[in-house]
Amino acid sequence: MWKFFHHLTSPPHFYRLAATIIPWLAFPGLVLIAYGSYAGLFVAPEDYQQGDAYRIIYVHVPAAYVSIMAYVLMAVGGGCGLIWRLKLAHAVGAAAAPLGAAFTFLALATGSIWGRPMWGTWWEWGDPRLMSELIMLFLYFGYMALRAAIDETAKADKASAVLALVGVVNVVIVHYSVVWWNSLHQGPTLLKKGGPGMDADMLYPLLAMILGFTLVFGALLARRIRTEVLYRERRTRWVRELILAPGGGR
Amino acid sequence: MKATNPKQPSIFASLIAITRRDLLLALRRPGDILNPLFFFAMVCTLFPLAVGPGAEQLTLSGPGVLWVAALLATLLSLNSLFMSDHEDGSLDQLLVSPQPLPILALGKMIAHWLTTGLPLVLISPLLAMTYRMPVDVIGVLMLTLLLGTVCLSLLGSIGAALTVGLHRGTALLSLLILPLAMPVLLLGASTVSLAADSELYATGIWALGAYAVLALSLAPYATAAALRISNE
Repeated sequence: MWKFFHHLTSPPHFYRLAATIIPWLAFPGLVLIAYGSYAGLFVAPEDYQQGDAYRIIYVHVPAAYVSIMAYVLMAVGGGCGLIWRLKLAHAVGAAAAPLGAAFTFLALATGSIWGRPMWGTWWEWGDPRLMSELIMLFLYFGYMALRAAIDETAKADKASAVLALVGVVNVVIVHYSVVWWNSLHQGPTLLKKGGPGMDADMLYPLLAMILGFTLVFGALLARRIRTEVLYRERRTRWVRELILAPGGGR
Repeated sequence: MKATNPKQPSIFASLIAITRRDLLLALRRPGDILNPLFFFAMVCTLFPLAVGPGAEQLTLSGPGVLWVAALLATLLSLNSLFMSDHEDGSLDQLLVSPQPLPILALGKMIAHWLTTGLPLVLISPLLAMTYRMPVDVIGVLMLTLLLGTVCLSLLGSIGAALTVGLHRGTALLSLLILPLAMPVLLLGASTVSLAADSELYATGIWALGAYAVLALSLAPYATAAALRISNE
């Protein structure tokens, strides 16, 4: 078991493994997104209150979900890197940050577009989820800026890992402090008690989109980790052999 | 047990010693204490000039302005928290000392709060008066600032430890600390606003107190870890 785990986290092995995994994540993910977009935009019924405007949730909810998952992944990666000194774990954090920031931005942008017809404003400061996402975007920027400012990779890894861990605690506190402050956002629909309060025709495309986004995120992340690993290990023998091998790079 | 070694001071004694040393250093250079205070007063002066001196506007914006100004003033002072120690090598001495590093870091945080947070709290009534804040609200403002500056000193030291020795440290420090400081600002400013509207504000005080206790128990460890990483 431990041997398998150790094998998995060794950079050359992961590099090869990721190459096989990526298509298995990317294609099902894209199919799910294609189904979810079609079913969400054309098949699902109109909402009796929000009309067609609600359909933006098919992008908004998955993006927000992935943005949080990426942050947690970054922090867990940082934690594993600090505790067990896994090189790969730090590479995961470094690769996840720009992706997470992109999904956070997407979630904020779609949330804001949805807010225009629903709340009558592009931006609502009093909403806890909007604020948590915004602060998370700043935390992503801080994480990337700290990485960029430190030249030594090993040092940048550890310093940014500490920041990511502190940030996780912070996002939770931000959320509840804004809940206490004020709330305008409609209450949670998907994860409330007694099952989702949604029509099945609306729900399945959403679940497909969430799963699809997650899979595509996984594929993008694996691809970024591959690049990151290759760059970090650029002075090692396996990378040299890989590049010099016929058909190099595969 | 290390503490039984007669040559080695107890943990508490080393905490007192490092706090005293930093206080002494700060008192020898009073400019470092006064600069954030002047900055605080000046930011508070800028706002009425920018948004207009009407009495109604001042009462509405007062709590928020005073809180933002206090946050920025604390941020300004954080840059130098570990800077001089890093430059003259005494930080390396702290790192190799047999005393637990979180305790030494805590000592530095206490000294930082006593030289920045506490003076800010003490001059805040003066500025609050110019914003036409009633006396009982000023009491609430001082209480929230008292708890809030403790949180800011603790949180800020993590950022200062992460950026110590970096060339572009100052701007980076703000980028790292401001998102972390947001809940403190929100709780502090809105508690004062609630008090100004004569509503129940006790929840905010308790929440700030809880935040301070959480930061007090975790920040020394995070700062110590960050210091070790920055000085490898």
